Amino acid sequence: MHFTGNGIMSLAFPTSLAPRDAEATPPATTEQAAPRPGKSARRRLPVSRNWPTSIVMLVQMVILVGFIALWEISAAYKLIDPFFWSRPSAIWSTLLIFFTEGDAFTDIGFTFRSTIIGFVLGTLAGAALGLSMWWSRNYASIVQPYIICLESIPKLALAPLIILVFGMGLASKVAIATALTLVVSALTAYSGVQSVDKDQERLFYSLGASRWQVFTKLVAPTCVPWIISILRVNIGLALTGSIVGEFVAFQHGLGRTILYAGTTYDIALVWVAVLVLSILSIIMYASVSWLESVLKRNMAY
Amino acid sequence: MVSPPKLRLENLSKTFTTDNGDFVALAASNLDIPAGRFVSLIGPSGCGKTTIFNIVAGLLPPTTGRVLIDGEDATGFIGQVGYMLQKDLLLPWRTVLDNVALGMEIKGTPLKEARERALPLIQRYGLGGFEHQHPSALSGGMRQRAALLRTLLIDMDVILLDEPFGALDAQTKSKLQEWLLGLFNDFGRTVVFVTHDVEEAIYLSDEIHVMASKPGRIVEALPIDLPRPRHRSVVTTPRFMAMKKYCLDLLHDQDPQRSAA
Ligand SMILES: Nc1ncnc2c1ncn2[C@@H]1O[C@H](COP(=O)(O)OP(=O)(O)OP(=O)(O)O)[C@@H](O)[C@H]1O
Ligand SMILES: [Mg+2]
Repeated sequence: MHFTGNGIMSLAFPTSLAPRDAEATPPATTEQAAPRPGKSARRRLPVSRNWPTSIVMLVQMVILVGFIALWEISAAYKLIDPFFWSRPSAIWSTLLIFFTEGDAFTDIGFTFRSTIIGFVLGTLAGAALGLSMWWSRNYASIVQPYIICLESIPKLALAPLIILVFGMGLASKVAIATALTLVVSALTAYSGVQSVDKDQERLFYSLGASRWQVFTKLVAPTCVPWIISILRVNIGLALTGSIVGEFVAFQHGLGRTILYAGTTYDIALVWVAVLVLSILSIIMYASVSWLESVLKRNMAY
Repeated sequence: MVSPPKLRLENLSKTFTTDNGDFVALAASNLDIPAGRFVSLIGPSGCGKTTIFNIVAGLLPPTTGRVLIDGEDATGFIGQVGYMLQKDLLLPWRTVLDNVALGMEIKGTPLKEARERALPLIQRYGLGGFEHQHPSALSGGMRQRAALLRTLLIDMDVILLDEPFGALDAQTKSKLQEWLLGLFNDFGRTVVFVTHDVEEAIYLSDEIHVMASKPGRIVEALPIDLPRPRHRSVVTTPRFMAMKKYCLDLLHDQDPQRSAA
Protein backbone atom coordinates (compact mmCIF):
# COMPACT_ATOMS: atom_id res chain seq x y z
CA MET A 1 0.00 0.00 0.00
CA HIS A 2 2.97 2.33 -0.17
CA PHE A 3 2.95 3.48 -3.77
CA THR A 4 -0.37 4.81 -5.03
CA GLY A 5 -2.35 3.78 -2.04
CA ASN A 6 -2.69 7.28 -0.70
CA GLY A 7 -5.95 7.93 -2.44
CA ILE A 8 -7.57 4.77 -1.29
CA MET A 9 -6.54 5.27 2.29
CA SER A 10 -7.74 8.84 2.35
CA LEU A 11 -11.06 7.90 0.82
CA ALA A 12 -11.63 5.28 3.44
CA PHE A 13 -10.44 7.48 6.29
CA PRO A 14 -11.01 11.05 5.26
CA THR A 15 -9.55 12.40 8.49
CA SER A 16 -6.29 13.76 7.22
CA LEU A 17 -6.22 16.24 4.40
CA ALA A 18 -2.61 15.83 3.41
CA PRO A 19 -2.87 12.50 1.55
CA ARG A 20 -5.79 13.82 -0.43
CA ASP A 21 -3.86 16.77 -1.65
CA ALA A 22 -1.10 14.40 -2.57
CA GLU A 23 -3.54 12.44 -4.66
CA ALA A 24 -4.75 15.47 -6.50
CA THR A 25 -1.32 15.82 -8.10
CA PRO A 26 0.13 12.32 -8.25
CA PRO A 27 3.82 12.15 -9.13
CA ALA A 28 4.11 11.13 -12.76
CA THR A 29 6.72 8.47 -12.10
CA THR A 30 4.68 6.32 -9.78
CA GLU A 31 2.06 5.98 -12.45
CA GLN A 32 3.91 3.52 -14.65
CA ALA A 33 5.75 1.99 -11.75
CA ALA A 34 2.59 0.59 -10.28
CA PRO A 35 1.49 -2.60 -11.98
CA ARG A 36 -1.55 -3.92 -10.21
CA PRO A 37 -2.31 -7.50 -10.99
CA GLY A 38 -5.94 -8.23 -11.68
CA LYS A 39 -6.91 -4.60 -11.98
CA SER A 40 -7.34 -2.62 -15.14
CA ALA A 41 -4.63 -0.10 -15.94
CA ARG A 42 -5.00 3.38 -14.50
CA ARG A 43 -6.17 5.59 -17.27
CA ARG A 44 -6.68 9.29 -17.70
CA LEU A 45 -9.62 10.82 -19.49
CA PRO A 46 -8.48 11.00 -23.12
CA VAL A 47 -8.08 14.60 -24.17
CA SER A 48 -7.72 15.35 -27.84
CA ARG A 49 -5.76 18.47 -28.62
CA ASN A 50 -7.68 20.69 -31.01
CA TRP A 51 -5.78 22.36 -33.80
CA PRO A 52 -6.41 26.05 -34.24
CA THR A 53 -9.05 26.85 -36.86
CA SER A 54 -6.45 28.43 -39.14
CA ILE A 55 -4.50 25.18 -39.41
CA VAL A 56 -7.67 23.17 -39.99
CA MET A 57 -8.66 25.55 -42.77
CA LEU A 58 -5.19 25.42 -44.25
CA VAL A 59 -5.33 21.63 -44.43
CA GLN A 60 -8.77 21.84 -46.02
CA MET A 61 -7.47 24.30 -48.65
CA VAL A 62 -4.50 22.06 -49.40
CA ILE A 63 -6.83 19.10 -49.94
CA LEU A 64 -9.10 21.13 -52.23
CA VAL A 65 -6.28 22.59 -54.30
CA GLY A 66 -4.61 19.19 -54.48
CA PHE A 67 -7.83 17.60 -55.71
CA ILE A 68 -8.35 20.22 -58.41
CA ALA A 69 -4.72 19.96 -59.51
CA LEU A 70 -4.93 16.17 -59.65
CA TRP A 71 -8.08 16.42 -61.77
CA GLU A 72 -6.51 18.92 -64.17
CA ILE A 73 -3.29 16.92 -64.50
CA SER A 74 -4.98 13.57 -65.05
CA ALA A 75 -7.19 15.15 -67.68
CA ALA A 76 -4.14 16.73 -69.38
CA TYR A 77 -2.33 13.38 -69.48
CA LYS A 78 -5.50 11.54 -70.55
CA LEU A 79 -5.58 9.45 -67.39
CA ILE A 80 -9.29 10.27 -67.33
CA ASP A 81 -11.34 11.11 -70.38
CA PRO A 82 -11.84 14.90 -70.36
CA PHE A 83 -14.82 14.46 -72.67
CA PHE A 84 -16.82 12.76 -69.93
CA TRP A 85 -15.19 14.25 -66.85
CA SER A 86 -14.33 17.69 -68.18
CA ARG A 87 -11.49 19.55 -66.43
CA PRO A 88 -11.25 22.40 -63.92
CA SER A 89 -9.85 24.90 -66.41
CA ALA A 90 -12.69 24.24 -68.86
CA ILE A 91 -15.22 24.45 -66.02
CA TRP A 92 -13.80 27.78 -64.94
CA SER A 93 -14.05 29.33 -68.41
CA THR A 94 -17.57 27.93 -68.83
CA LEU A 95 -18.46 29.45 -65.47
CA LEU A 96 -17.29 32.87 -66.63
CA ILE A 97 -19.27 32.56 -69.86
CA PHE A 98 -22.33 31.29 -67.98
CA PHE A 99 -22.32 34.38 -65.81
CA THR A 100 -21.29 36.97 -68.41
CA GLU A 101 -23.09 35.76 -71.56
CA GLY A 102 -25.42 32.98 -70.41
CA ASP A 103 -28.65 33.31 -68.44
CA ALA A 104 -27.11 32.43 -65.08
CA PHE A 105 -29.15 34.92 -63.14
CA THR A 106 -32.44 33.99 -64.78
CA ASP A 107 -31.77 30.35 -63.96
CA ILE A 108 -30.68 31.01 -60.41
CA GLY A 109 -33.62 33.31 -59.83
CA PHE A 110 -36.06 30.78 -61.21
CA THR A 111 -34.79 27.89 -59.08
CA PHE A 112 -34.46 30.10 -56.03
CA ARG A 113 -37.99 31.45 -56.33
CA SER A 114 -39.71 28.12 -56.75
CA THR A 115 -37.68 26.65 -53.88
CA ILE A 116 -38.46 29.45 -51.46
CA ILE A 117 -42.16 29.65 -52.34
CA GLY A 118 -42.48 25.87 -52.07
CA PHE A 119 -40.57 25.87 -48.79
CA VAL A 120 -42.72 28.56 -47.20
CA LEU A 121 -46.02 27.16 -48.51
CA GLY A 122 -45.21 23.58 -47.58
CA THR A 123 -43.92 24.40 -44.13
CA LEU A 124 -46.78 26.73 -43.22
CA ALA A 125 -49.54 24.58 -44.65
CA GLY A 126 -48.02 21.44 -43.14
CA ALA A 127 -47.61 23.03 -39.73
CA ALA A 128 -51.20 24.31 -39.87
CA LEU A 129 -52.46 20.86 -40.83
CA GLY A 130 -50.49 19.23 -38.01
CA LEU A 131 -51.59 21.79 -35.45
CA SER A 132 -55.23 21.54 -36.53
CA MET A 133 -55.17 17.95 -35.38
CA TRP A 134 -55.08 19.14 -31.78
CA TRP A 135 -58.60 20.46 -32.03
CA SER A 136 -60.39 17.18 -32.39
CA ARG A 137 -59.14 13.73 -31.56
CA ASN A 138 -61.70 12.20 -33.91
CA TYR A 139 -60.58 14.36 -36.79
CA ALA A 140 -56.94 13.52 -35.99
CA SER A 141 -57.51 9.79 -35.97
CA ILE A 142 -59.42 10.00 -39.26
CA VAL A 143 -56.82 12.16 -41.01
CA GLN A 144 -53.64 10.61 -39.65
CA PRO A 145 -53.59 7.40 -41.73
CA TYR A 146 -54.10 9.43 -44.90
CA ILE A 147 -51.15 11.65 -44.08
CA ILE A 148 -49.00 8.61 -43.45
CA CYS A 149 -50.09 7.17 -46.80
CA LEU A 150 -49.18 10.44 -48.50
CA GLU A 151 -45.83 10.30 -46.77
CA SER A 152 -45.12 6.88 -48.21
CA ILE A 153 -45.92 7.87 -51.81
CA PRO A 154 -42.70 8.72 -53.63
CA LYS A 155 -43.88 12.18 -54.56
CA LEU A 156 -41.14 12.76 -57.11
CA ALA A 157 -42.65 9.96 -59.16
CA LEU A 158 -45.76 12.13 -59.47
CA ALA A 159 -43.76 14.96 -61.02
CA PRO A 160 -44.95 14.35 -64.61
CA LEU A 161 -48.55 14.34 -63.39
CA ILE A 162 -48.05 17.56 -61.45
CA ILE A 163 -46.54 19.20 -64.54
CA LEU A 164 -49.61 18.16 -66.52
CA VAL A 165 -51.90 19.74 -63.95
CA PHE A 166 -49.93 22.86 -63.11
CA GLY A 167 -48.30 23.52 -66.46
CA MET A 168 -44.70 24.07 -67.51
CA GLY A 169 -44.11 27.25 -65.53
CA LEU A 170 -43.27 28.20 -61.97
CA ALA A 171 -46.49 26.81 -60.52
CA SER A 172 -45.59 23.17 -61.15
CA LYS A 173 -42.12 23.52 -59.57
CA VAL A 174 -43.67 25.20 -56.54
CA ALA A 175 -46.26 22.44 -56.36
CA ILE A 176 -43.62 19.69 -56.29
CA ALA A 177 -41.53 21.54 -53.69
CA THR A 178 -44.66 22.08 -51.59
CA ALA A 179 -45.74 18.47 -51.87
CA LEU A 180 -42.35 17.30 -50.66
CA THR A 181 -42.28 19.59 -47.60
CA LEU A 182 -45.93 19.66 -46.58
CA VAL A 183 -46.33 16.11 -45.41
CA VAL A 184 -43.15 16.04 -43.35
CA SER A 185 -44.10 19.32 -41.73
CA ALA A 186 -47.59 18.07 -40.91
CA LEU A 187 -46.28 14.90 -39.29
CA THR A 188 -43.67 16.82 -37.31
CA ALA A 189 -46.17 19.40 -36.09
CA TYR A 190 -48.50 16.58 -35.09
CA SER A 191 -45.70 14.98 -33.08
CA GLY A 192 -45.36 18.33 -31.37
CA VAL A 193 -49.09 18.35 -30.63
CA GLN A 194 -48.83 14.89 -29.14
CA SER A 195 -45.94 15.98 -26.96
CA VAL A 196 -48.05 18.60 -25.18
CA ASP A 197 -47.86 17.84 -21.47
CA LYS A 198 -51.25 16.63 -20.21
CA ASP A 199 -50.59 18.17 -16.80
CA GLN A 200 -49.82 21.51 -18.37
CA GLU A 201 -53.10 21.26 -20.20
CA ARG A 202 -54.84 20.57 -16.89
CA LEU A 203 -53.14 23.58 -15.37
CA PHE A 204 -54.55 25.77 -18.14
CA TYR A 205 -58.04 24.36 -17.74
CA SER A 206 -57.83 24.67 -13.95
CA LEU A 207 -57.28 28.37 -14.53
CA GLY A 208 -60.49 28.40 -16.55
CA ALA A 209 -58.84 28.66 -19.97
CA SER A 210 -60.80 28.39 -23.22
CA ARG A 211 -59.67 25.95 -25.89
CA TRP A 212 -58.40 28.85 -27.97
CA GLN A 213 -56.28 30.06 -25.05
CA VAL A 214 -54.84 26.57 -24.55
CA PHE A 215 -54.09 26.42 -28.26
CA THR A 216 -52.38 29.79 -28.56
CA LYS A 217 -50.61 29.86 -25.21
CA LEU A 218 -49.70 26.21 -24.77
CA VAL A 219 -50.04 24.03 -27.86
CA ALA A 220 -48.57 26.40 -30.42
CA PRO A 221 -45.52 27.37 -28.31
CA THR A 222 -44.89 23.71 -27.52
CA CYS A 223 -44.86 22.92 -31.25
CA VAL A 224 -42.60 25.79 -32.27
CA PRO A 225 -39.32 23.96 -31.62
CA TRP A 226 -40.67 20.94 -33.50
CA ILE A 227 -41.48 23.11 -36.50
CA ILE A 228 -38.15 24.91 -36.28
CA SER A 229 -36.38 21.57 -36.29
CA ILE A 230 -37.93 20.70 -39.64
CA LEU A 231 -36.90 23.93 -41.42
CA ARG A 232 -33.44 22.75 -42.45
CA VAL A 233 -34.75 19.46 -43.76
CA ASN A 234 -37.47 21.28 -45.66
CA ILE A 235 -35.17 23.69 -47.48
CA GLY A 236 -33.26 20.73 -48.89
CA LEU A 237 -36.48 18.96 -49.87
CA ALA A 238 -37.87 22.07 -51.54
CA LEU A 239 -34.72 22.50 -53.59
CA THR A 240 -34.86 18.85 -54.67
CA GLY A 241 -38.50 19.32 -55.66
CA SER A 242 -37.73 22.36 -57.78
CA ILE A 243 -34.81 20.69 -59.56
CA VAL A 244 -36.81 17.58 -60.35
CA GLY A 245 -39.61 19.78 -61.64
CA GLU A 246 -37.15 21.49 -63.95
CA PHE A 247 -35.80 18.16 -65.15
CA VAL A 248 -39.26 17.14 -66.24
CA ALA A 249 -40.43 20.39 -67.82
CA PHE A 250 -37.92 22.46 -69.77
CA GLN A 251 -38.04 26.19 -69.47
CA HIS A 252 -35.66 27.81 -67.02
CA GLY A 253 -33.70 27.01 -63.94
CA LEU A 254 -30.50 25.32 -62.91
CA GLY A 255 -32.09 21.90 -63.15
CA ARG A 256 -33.02 22.56 -66.74
CA THR A 257 -29.46 23.78 -67.42
CA ILE A 258 -28.01 20.56 -66.02
CA LEU A 259 -30.30 18.39 -68.10
CA TYR A 260 -29.76 20.46 -71.24
CA ALA A 261 -25.97 20.48 -70.83
CA GLY A 262 -25.98 16.73 -70.23
CA THR A 263 -27.93 15.94 -73.36
CA THR A 264 -25.60 18.13 -75.43
CA TYR A 265 -22.47 16.60 -73.83
CA ASP A 266 -21.45 20.00 -72.43
CA ILE A 267 -20.01 18.37 -69.31
CA ALA A 268 -18.28 21.54 -68.15
CA LEU A 269 -21.65 23.29 -68.05
CA VAL A 270 -23.11 20.41 -66.02
CA TRP A 271 -20.38 20.95 -63.46
CA VAL A 272 -20.93 24.70 -63.49
CA ALA A 273 -24.65 24.30 -62.85
CA VAL A 274 -24.03 21.73 -60.12
CA LEU A 275 -21.50 24.07 -58.53
CA VAL A 276 -23.87 27.05 -58.63
CA LEU A 277 -26.66 24.86 -57.29
CA SER A 278 -24.49 23.73 -54.38
CA ILE A 279 -23.62 27.30 -53.53
CA LEU A 280 -27.29 28.28 -53.71
CA SER A 281 -28.12 25.34 -51.48
CA ILE A 282 -25.42 26.26 -48.97
CA ILE A 283 -26.61 29.87 -48.85
CA MET A 284 -30.22 28.84 -48.28
CA TYR A 285 -29.22 26.25 -45.71
CA ALA A 286 -27.11 28.79 -43.85
CA SER A 287 -29.95 31.34 -43.91
CA VAL A 288 -32.38 28.81 -42.52
CA SER A 289 -29.90 27.83 -39.81
CA TRP A 290 -29.55 31.47 -38.95
CA LEU A 291 -33.34 31.88 -38.88
CA GLU A 292 -33.52 28.85 -36.64
CA SER A 293 -31.04 30.26 -34.15
CA VAL A 294 -32.82 33.62 -34.10
CA LEU A 295 -36.17 31.94 -33.51
CA LYS A 296 -34.71 29.73 -30.83
CA ARG A 297 -33.13 32.65 -29.06
CA ASN A 298 -36.35 34.64 -29.09
CA MET A 299 -38.35 31.69 -27.87
CA ALA A 300 -35.70 31.01 -25.20
CA TYR A 301 -35.35 27.31 -25.79
CA MET B 1 -79.72 32.13 8.75
CA VAL B 2 -76.31 30.49 8.88
CA SER B 3 -74.10 31.38 5.94
CA PRO B 4 -73.01 28.34 3.91
CA PRO B 5 -69.42 27.07 4.16
CA LYS B 6 -66.96 28.39 1.61
CA LEU B 7 -66.42 24.97 0.15
CA ARG B 8 -68.66 21.98 0.64
CA LEU B 9 -68.21 18.51 -0.74
CA GLU B 10 -71.53 16.76 -0.70
CA ASN B 11 -71.61 13.00 -0.94
CA LEU B 12 -68.70 13.18 -3.37
CA SER B 13 -67.34 9.95 -4.83
CA LYS B 14 -65.28 8.79 -7.76
CA THR B 15 -65.08 5.36 -9.34
CA PHE B 16 -62.64 4.77 -12.17
CA THR B 17 -63.45 2.11 -14.71
CA THR B 18 -60.25 0.32 -15.56
CA ASP B 19 -59.35 -2.79 -17.51
CA ASN B 20 -59.55 -4.93 -14.40
CA GLY B 21 -62.91 -3.69 -13.21
CA ASP B 22 -64.13 -0.69 -11.28
CA PHE B 23 -61.84 1.02 -8.85
CA VAL B 24 -63.25 3.17 -6.08
CA ALA B 25 -60.72 5.99 -5.76
CA LEU B 26 -63.00 7.94 -3.45
CA ALA B 27 -65.95 6.57 -1.49
CA ALA B 28 -68.82 8.98 -0.84
CA SER B 29 -67.35 11.76 1.28
CA ASN B 30 -68.61 14.93 2.89
CA LEU B 31 -66.51 17.90 3.87
CA ASP B 32 -67.30 21.45 4.94
CA ILE B 33 -64.62 24.10 4.90
CA PRO B 34 -65.48 27.51 6.39
CA ALA B 35 -64.15 30.67 4.79
CA GLY B 36 -60.64 31.83 5.66
CA ARG B 37 -59.44 28.52 7.00
CA PHE B 38 -56.34 26.55 6.32
CA VAL B 39 -57.29 22.91 6.02
CA SER B 40 -54.98 19.98 5.32
CA LEU B 41 -55.72 16.58 3.87
CA ILE B 42 -53.27 13.88 4.82
CA GLY B 43 -53.32 10.23 3.96
CA PRO B 44 -51.37 7.44 2.31
CA SER B 45 -50.45 7.59 -1.34
CA GLY B 46 -53.38 6.68 -3.56
CA CYS B 47 -56.11 7.57 -1.07
CA GLY B 48 -57.70 10.02 -3.48
CA LYS B 49 -56.33 13.41 -2.42
CA THR B 50 -55.48 14.52 -5.94
CA THR B 51 -58.75 13.03 -7.12
CA ILE B 52 -60.69 15.29 -4.74
CA PHE B 53 -58.74 18.31 -5.99
CA ASN B 54 -59.31 17.42 -9.63
CA ILE B 55 -63.05 17.15 -9.00
CA VAL B 56 -63.21 20.44 -7.10
CA ALA B 57 -61.21 22.15 -9.86
CA GLY B 58 -63.70 20.84 -12.43
CA LEU B 59 -61.10 18.74 -14.25
CA LEU B 60 -62.74 15.43 -13.39
CA PRO B 61 -66.45 14.67 -13.22
CA PRO B 62 -67.43 13.01 -9.93
CA THR B 63 -69.31 9.71 -10.02
CA THR B 64 -71.76 10.97 -7.41
CA GLY B 65 -72.16 14.12 -5.38
CA ARG B 66 -71.67 17.84 -5.76
CA VAL B 67 -69.14 20.54 -5.08
CA LEU B 68 -70.60 23.71 -3.58
CA ILE B 69 -68.78 27.00 -3.34
CA ASP B 70 -70.57 29.60 -1.21
CA GLY B 71 -73.60 27.34 -1.38
CA GLU B 72 -73.70 27.39 -5.16
CA ASP B 73 -73.25 24.31 -7.26
CA ALA B 74 -69.78 24.45 -8.82
CA THR B 75 -69.51 20.81 -9.94
CA GLY B 76 -67.81 20.52 -13.31
CA PHE B 77 -66.98 24.23 -13.65
CA ILE B 78 -63.37 25.11 -14.30
CA GLY B 79 -61.64 28.26 -13.12
CA GLN B 80 -63.66 28.55 -9.89
CA VAL B 81 -60.73 27.81 -7.58
CA GLY B 82 -56.98 28.37 -7.61
CA TYR B 83 -55.31 25.00 -8.05
CA MET B 84 -51.63 24.30 -7.77
CA LEU B 85 -51.01 20.87 -9.20
CA GLN B 86 -48.51 18.40 -7.82
CA LYS B 87 -45.86 19.69 -10.29
CA ASP B 88 -44.94 23.35 -10.72
CA LEU B 89 -45.69 23.24 -14.49
CA LEU B 90 -43.97 26.52 -15.27
CA LEU B 91 -43.84 27.13 -19.01
CA PRO B 92 -40.20 26.98 -20.12
CA TRP B 93 -40.65 29.58 -22.88
CA ARG B 94 -42.08 32.24 -20.58
CA THR B 95 -40.12 34.40 -18.18
CA VAL B 96 -40.78 34.03 -14.47
CA LEU B 97 -42.83 37.21 -14.57
CA ASP B 98 -44.97 35.99 -17.45
CA ASN B 99 -45.38 32.61 -15.80
CA VAL B 100 -46.67 34.26 -12.65
CA ALA B 101 -48.95 36.45 -14.75
CA LEU B 102 -50.32 33.49 -16.75
CA GLY B 103 -53.32 32.89 -14.51
CA MET B 104 -54.45 36.52 -14.65
CA GLU B 105 -53.86 36.60 -18.39
CA ILE B 106 -56.13 33.61 -18.88
CA LYS B 107 -58.74 35.22 -16.67
CA GLY B 108 -58.77 38.09 -19.15
CA THR B 109 -56.47 40.66 -17.55
CA PRO B 110 -54.41 42.39 -20.26
CA LEU B 111 -50.83 41.12 -20.12
CA LYS B 112 -49.40 44.53 -19.32
CA GLU B 113 -51.65 45.00 -16.33
CA ALA B 114 -51.08 41.42 -15.18
CA ARG B 115 -47.33 42.03 -15.23
CA GLU B 116 -47.73 45.23 -13.27
CA ARG B 117 -49.61 43.37 -10.58
CA ALA B 118 -47.24 40.42 -10.53
CA LEU B 119 -43.98 42.34 -10.38
CA PRO B 120 -44.20 43.75 -6.84
CA LEU B 121 -45.26 40.35 -5.49
CA ILE B 122 -42.39 38.61 -7.23
CA GLN B 123 -40.02 41.06 -5.60
CA ARG B 124 -41.68 40.92 -2.24
CA TYR B 125 -41.86 37.16 -2.05
CA GLY B 126 -38.29 36.27 -2.75
CA LEU B 127 -38.00 36.09 -6.52
CA GLY B 128 -36.66 39.59 -7.04
CA GLY B 129 -34.02 39.80 -9.76
CA PHE B 130 -35.34 36.67 -11.47
CA GLU B 131 -38.46 38.17 -13.03
CA HIS B 132 -36.94 38.29 -16.52
CA GLN B 133 -35.20 34.93 -16.27
CA HIS B 134 -36.67 31.72 -17.57
CA PRO B 135 -37.75 28.99 -15.15
CA SER B 136 -34.69 26.89 -15.97
CA ALA B 137 -32.65 29.45 -14.01
CA LEU B 138 -34.64 28.85 -10.82
CA SER B 139 -34.00 26.44 -7.97
CA GLY B 140 -36.68 23.97 -6.94
CA GLY B 141 -37.84 26.19 -4.09
CA MET B 142 -38.06 29.23 -6.31
CA ARG B 143 -40.04 27.34 -8.91
CA GLN B 144 -42.57 26.39 -6.24
CA ARG B 145 -42.82 30.02 -5.17
CA ALA B 146 -43.47 31.11 -8.73
CA ALA B 147 -46.13 28.42 -9.17
CA LEU B 148 -47.74 29.41 -5.87
CA LEU B 149 -47.79 33.09 -6.80
CA ARG B 150 -49.38 32.24 -10.13
CA THR B 151 -52.11 30.37 -8.23
CA LEU B 152 -52.67 33.13 -5.67
CA LEU B 153 -52.76 35.95 -8.19
CA ILE B 154 -55.92 34.80 -9.90
CA ASP B 155 -57.88 36.09 -6.90
CA MET B 156 -59.92 33.01 -6.19
CA ASP B 157 -61.24 32.64 -2.66
CA VAL B 158 -60.47 28.94 -2.53
CA ILE B 159 -56.91 27.73 -3.11
CA LEU B 160 -56.03 24.07 -3.54
CA LEU B 161 -52.39 23.16 -3.01
CA ASP B 162 -51.34 19.63 -3.90
CA GLU B 163 -48.12 18.74 -2.08
CA PRO B 164 -46.47 22.03 -2.99
CA PHE B 165 -43.37 21.31 -0.93
CA GLY B 166 -43.21 17.55 -1.43
CA ALA B 167 -40.02 17.48 -3.46
CA LEU B 168 -38.02 20.04 -1.48
CA ASP B 169 -35.22 19.61 1.02
CA ALA B 170 -36.03 20.20 4.68
CA GLN B 171 -34.45 23.63 4.90
CA THR B 172 -36.12 25.07 1.81
CA LYS B 173 -39.34 23.46 2.88
CA SER B 174 -39.42 25.15 6.27
CA LYS B 175 -38.54 28.46 4.67
CA LEU B 176 -41.41 28.12 2.23
CA GLN B 177 -43.78 27.10 5.02
CA GLU B 178 -43.06 30.41 6.76
CA TRP B 179 -43.52 32.13 3.46
CA LEU B 180 -46.85 30.40 2.86
CA LEU B 181 -48.06 31.30 6.36
CA GLY B 182 -47.12 34.90 5.62
CA LEU B 183 -49.04 34.78 2.37
CA PHE B 184 -52.00 33.16 4.09
CA ASN B 185 -52.08 35.98 6.63
CA ASP B 186 -51.67 38.65 3.93
CA PHE B 187 -54.20 37.29 1.46
CA GLY B 188 -56.78 35.72 3.76
CA ARG B 189 -57.89 32.96 1.42
CA THR B 190 -59.42 29.59 2.15
CA VAL B 191 -56.66 27.06 1.64
CA VAL B 192 -56.90 23.30 1.18
CA PHE B 193 -53.50 21.75 1.46
CA VAL B 194 -52.37 18.22 0.66
CA THR B 195 -49.24 16.82 2.23
CA HIS B 196 -47.64 13.61 3.38
CA ASP B 197 -45.82 15.44 6.14
CA VAL B 198 -47.79 15.33 9.40
CA GLU B 199 -45.66 17.98 11.07
CA GLU B 200 -46.14 20.32 8.15
CA ALA B 201 -49.89 19.76 8.26
CA ILE B 202 -50.17 20.54 11.98
CA TYR B 203 -47.87 23.52 11.79
CA LEU B 204 -49.81 25.17 8.97
CA SER B 205 -53.44 24.17 9.48
CA ASP B 206 -56.54 25.08 11.41
CA GLU B 207 -57.94 21.66 10.71
CA ILE B 208 -56.64 18.33 9.44
CA HIS B 209 -58.65 15.67 7.68
CA VAL B 210 -57.06 12.26 7.78
CA MET B 211 -57.82 10.00 4.85
CA ALA B 212 -57.56 6.28 4.30
CA SER B 213 -57.23 4.23 1.12
CA LYS B 214 -58.99 1.25 -0.44
CA PRO B 215 -61.45 2.78 -0.82
CA GLY B 216 -60.26 6.36 -0.49
CA ARG B 217 -62.23 8.17 2.21
CA ILE B 218 -62.01 10.77 4.96
CA VAL B 219 -61.77 9.03 8.32
CA GLU B 220 -61.27 11.75 10.89
CA ALA B 221 -61.25 15.51 11.33
CA LEU B 222 -58.82 17.05 13.82
CA PRO B 223 -59.09 20.69 14.82
CA ILE B 224 -55.67 22.25 15.43
CA ASP B 225 -56.22 24.91 18.06
CA LEU B 226 -52.68 26.27 18.23
CA PRO B 227 -52.81 30.08 18.38
CA ARG B 228 -51.73 32.15 15.39
CA PRO B 229 -49.38 33.64 14.44
CA ARG B 230 -47.34 30.54 15.02
CA HIS B 231 -43.68 30.43 15.68
CA ARG B 232 -41.43 27.61 14.56
CA SER B 233 -40.75 26.67 18.17
CA VAL B 234 -44.34 25.49 18.49
CA VAL B 235 -43.29 22.15 17.00
CA THR B 236 -41.45 21.22 20.19
CA THR B 237 -44.36 21.92 22.56
CA PRO B 238 -46.03 18.92 24.22
CA ARG B 239 -49.39 19.79 22.63
CA PHE B 240 -47.88 19.73 19.18
CA MET B 241 -46.09 16.47 19.89
CA ALA B 242 -49.27 14.88 21.19
CA MET B 243 -51.19 15.88 18.08
CA LYS B 244 -48.43 14.63 15.86
CA LYS B 245 -48.38 11.29 17.63
CA TYR B 246 -52.15 11.02 17.36
CA CYS B 247 -52.05 11.70 13.61
CA LEU B 248 -49.23 9.27 13.00
CA ASP B 249 -51.08 6.58 14.92
CA LEU B 250 -54.20 7.22 12.88
CA LEU B 251 -52.27 6.91 9.62
CA HIS B 252 -50.45 3.88 10.90
CA ASP B 253 -53.67 2.11 11.89
CA GLN B 254 -54.93 2.26 8.35
CA ASP B 255 -51.88 0.48 7.08
CA PRO B 256 -53.60 -2.20 4.97
CA GLN B 257 -51.31 -4.90 6.36
CA ARG B 258 -52.52 -4.20 9.88
CA SER B 259 -56.22 -3.54 9.54
CA ALA B 260 -58.19 -6.68 8.83
CA ALA B 261 -60.68 -4.94 6.57
N1 LIG C 1 -57.57 8.19 -14.53
C1 LIG C 1 -57.50 7.18 -13.63
N2 LIG C 1 -57.86 5.94 -13.97
C2 LIG C 1 -57.79 4.93 -13.07
N3 LIG C 1 -57.38 5.06 -11.83
C3 LIG C 1 -56.98 6.27 -11.41
C4 LIG C 1 -57.03 7.41 -12.29
N4 LIG C 1 -56.59 8.49 -11.62
C5 LIG C 1 -56.29 8.04 -10.39
N5 LIG C 1 -56.54 6.73 -10.24
C6 LIG C 1 -56.35 5.92 -9.03
O1 LIG C 1 -57.06 6.54 -8.00
C7 LIG C 1 -56.35 6.43 -6.77
C8 LIG C 1 -56.25 7.79 -6.13
O2 LIG C 1 -55.40 8.60 -6.90
P1 LIG C 1 -54.92 10.02 -6.40
O3 LIG C 1 -54.04 10.58 -7.47
O4 LIG C 1 -56.09 10.81 -6.01
O5 LIG C 1 -54.05 9.64 -5.14
P2 LIG C 1 -53.31 10.63 -4.13
O6 LIG C 1 -53.97 10.48 -2.82
O7 LIG C 1 -53.23 11.98 -4.71
O8 LIG C 1 -51.88 9.95 -4.07
P3 LIG C 1 -50.45 10.65 -3.97
O9 LIG C 1 -50.29 11.02 -2.54
O10 LIG C 1 -49.51 9.56 -4.37
O11 LIG C 1 -50.43 11.80 -4.90
C9 LIG C 1 -54.99 5.83 -7.10
O12 LIG C 1 -54.98 4.49 -6.66
C10 LIG C 1 -54.91 5.89 -8.59
O13 LIG C 1 -54.27 4.76 -9.08
MG1 LIG D 1 -51.66 13.16 -5.50
